[in-house]
Amino acid sequence: MSDTQYAIELRGITKIFGEIIANDKVDLTVNNGEILALLGENGSGKTTLMNILSGIYHPDAGTIKINGKEVVINSPKDSFALKIGMIHQHFKLVEVMTAFENILLGTNNKLNRKKAAEEIKTLCDKFSLKIDLKKRVCNMSVSEKQTVEIVKVLYRGANILILDEPTAVLTPQETQNLFEILRAMKKDGKAVIIITHKLNEVLEISDRVMILRKGKSIDSIETAKANAKILTEAMVGQAIDLEIERPETEKEPHALDVRHLSVKGADGRMALKDVTFDISSGEILGVAGVAGSGQKELCETIAGLHKVEKGAILFKKENIVGKTPSEIIKAGISMSFIPEDRLGMGLVASMDITHNMLLKSYKNSKGIFLDRKEAKKLAEDLVEKLSIKTPNVSTPVRLLSGGNVQKVLIGREIESNPQLLITAYPERGLDINSSYTIYNLINKQKQNGSSVLFIGEDLDVLLELCDRILVLCHGEVMGVVNAREVTKEDLGFMMAGQKISDGGENNG
Amino acid sequence: MADLTKKHEPFVRVAKRTQVSTKKSVLLQISAFVLAIIAGGLFILLLGENPLEAYKHIIEGAFVGSVRNPLSSVQATVVRFIPLLIASLALVPAFKMKFWNIGAEGQIIMGGVFSTYFALFHSDWPHAILLIVMILAGAVGGAFWALIPTIFKIKFNTNETLFTLMLNYIALYIVRYLEAGPWQRTKGYASIGSIDDNARLPEVFGVHIGWIIALVLMVLMFFYISKTKQGYEISVVGESQPTARYAGMSVGKIVLRTMIISGAIAGLAGALQVAGIDHTLSGGIAGGVGFTAIVVAWLGKLNPFYIAGISFLFSILAKGSSTMQTQLGLSASVADVVQGIILFCVIAFEFFINYKLIFKKKEG
Repeated sequence: MSDTQYAIELRGITKIFGEIIANDKVDLTVNNGEILALLGENGSGKTTLMNILSGIYHPDAGTIKINGKEVVINSPKDSFALKIGMIHQHFKLVEVMTAFENILLGTNNKLNRKKAAEEIKTLCDKFSLKIDLKKRVCNMSVSEKQTVEIVKVLYRGANILILDEPTAVLTPQETQNLFEILRAMKKDGKAVIIITHKLNEVLEISDRVMILRKGKSIDSIETAKANAKILTEAMVGQAIDLEIERPETEKEPHALDVRHLSVKGADGRMALKDVTFDISSGEILGVAGVAGSGQKELCETIAGLHKVEKGAILFKKENIVGKTPSEIIKAGISMSFIPEDRLGMGLVASMDITHNMLLKSYKNSKGIFLDRKEAKKLAEDLVEKLSIKTPNVSTPVRLLSGGNVQKVLIGREIESNPQLLITAYPERGLDINSSYTIYNLINKQKQNGSSVLFIGEDLDVLLELCDRILVLCHGEVMGVVNAREVTKEDLGFMMAGQKISDGGENNG
Repeated sequence: MADLTKKHEPFVRVAKRTQVSTKKSVLLQISAFVLAIIAGGLFILLLGENPLEAYKHIIEGAFVGSVRNPLSSVQATVVRFIPLLIASLALVPAFKMKFWNIGAEGQIIMGGVFSTYFALFHSDWPHAILLIVMILAGAVGGAFWALIPTIFKIKFNTNETLFTLMLNYIALYIVRYLEAGPWQRTKGYASIGSIDDNARLPEVFGVHIGWIIALVLMVLMFFYISKTKQGYEISVVGESQPTARYAGMSVGKIVLRTMIISGAIAGLAGALQVAGIDHTLSGGIAGGVGFTAIVVAWLGKLNPFYIAGISFLFSILAKGSSTMQTQLGLSASVADVVQGIILFCVIAFEFFINYKLIFKKKEG
């Protein structure tokens, strides 16, 4: 028994999935009244570790102590009984119910609603949480939904909070708000674990940073003694340059012209409203916006996969609205959309890298048989160039880790030398080295004179990589701004729905 | 607080395997088969018979012929093998595309109906031409029957499983109608009667030439699925339709084309059955082969060569157990029960290929 009583004490936690060691003798401790940031590249085992704490996985070895007492967590219910509350990246709320009903779900307090409402109110005041209890979840913004999740967990008495990438869906202002709440919790003596890969946030909010690399716990650093460079190096295991290049290029305006584009989303509501913008050749146009602002529909519409209600898309002065996806591919437009699950579109999970290379080009060879030779060569080239970790090019893509899957997809799209490259979240979940490889590849496209539409989620990256940034909010363009001049705060305001109309003119 | 100490851990947990080595997978399948033999044996023992003797009868029934024709049993086994293999191959492209065609039975029947038409009304055509037309007509009949649910699926997104299943019964009743109505041979007797000798398939090694067609189809299907562009499209559509559309494939066209192929092959089996074995058209033409084919296609993991192996095992079992049942004087359903037990074991073991059990570690 150790002398100090940690809120959580993990010793030698090991979890193996088949041949992959997700967690390798991980040690982790959190004190009460402490915010611990869990930092690590994709595939370093952060989520596995947290899923062990929340009872979704069972460790193959190691001990878990909660408040000094050794426990076995078999299910989320057990985790709950230990007062561990998890805020997942994807909210687990019932959309048609109100905030109040969602908070009461699964508790036994349904009978005394009045008392419950009062308790929730006290709780909210204590942590300065703002929610409208009567509002239905389906009418809430992402940040409001997150607040409901937090209240739900707190109301059930959680003393240990785990947040999995909570800021990914928030504007900078909403992030600040969340951090205020976390600080209030810390003051109250709660233990908080926050998983994130945004370094500046780690430095801002945490007391201590715990770094995982390839499933192993590498280091635990006091945040006060850390900076971005130290953290990155600990995470990657080597020194790297954090500058993103923005090469100057010759620009030919109006390579792509989108005019008054309106599109309906899957739910029948307008997903894009009167969207107008243009991209020059040799330019990277970034698209910023909180998740679900119409980014997906924009990509799919240009690629010919989505019905257009109104408007025109002119590619090299020719309207491509109404053309089939294969005609658009032939015209030189390439889209790589990295969905949240990474495999949703663009790759065939059960096929190997070679066969995935063929997806868009298999028709080009003559005869009825598939020509695999070139695809195999391309696959081998990509594996080497992007250092894709795979036993060989005949391994099914679904067996690769997330980041490697993404390299396969983006590599293929870039290798086809498109004139317009649409790429959404290409660095999503990628480790730092791979992200920079991707940025370099995109820059190379730009230097070759291609146009790039870059849908991003990390504002720092958008600001450094892009020439101009278009901001979407609820499917409307809030403005197109010069990435060299705009500030992160301004982008944040625009993402939240304030229109700004300067600096957006294309002077190319 | 609940007791969340070590005692609380469950005795056994189920965990998904990420990847199973081929060796392990084969070992598991063999142990499933052994277990099935033991379980089937226990059942026979319960009936008061000697299981070893029963199994001996199965093997002998499938392979050991009569004194006059030592090959007779093998030939009878192969006759069962032909339609089963062809019908299972028919399901390969459909299942690969995740189009759940449960209608091979009906497609076989319709293939039989179409080819019987030529056997009945054009029996005067030259032998070779008549046979080729009959076989092609069978393929058209099967394709037609597969096309109906496919068009509805594409246009209205109807459930293909239920649709193809229901069409099986319609096909069956069409045959009943023909037997008792327009194609009736003798009044008052619901039968079409035998087809003309001119419309019967020639034999090679004592079995109608359908076996050659089946083996050729097996090889063709292997290449079609794994080496051609169309086979590639089928795999992509089966995996994810959004991905297929993203790659510029026209999903509707691919689904239609694939189902025509699937139905045509099943229909072919029906034509061969009419021209090769039954020499008539009756309600029993498919005899459940279209349903057994579903199991065979699954167990064969949609690989034509594995499917051929499994079809052959099923044929041995079917032929052999019917012999066993007459030899031992058992009820007709005993053979079905034994087959069922074996099937159950093999399928149940699929679970262990995908999952493993982890037992609670000793407390320490």
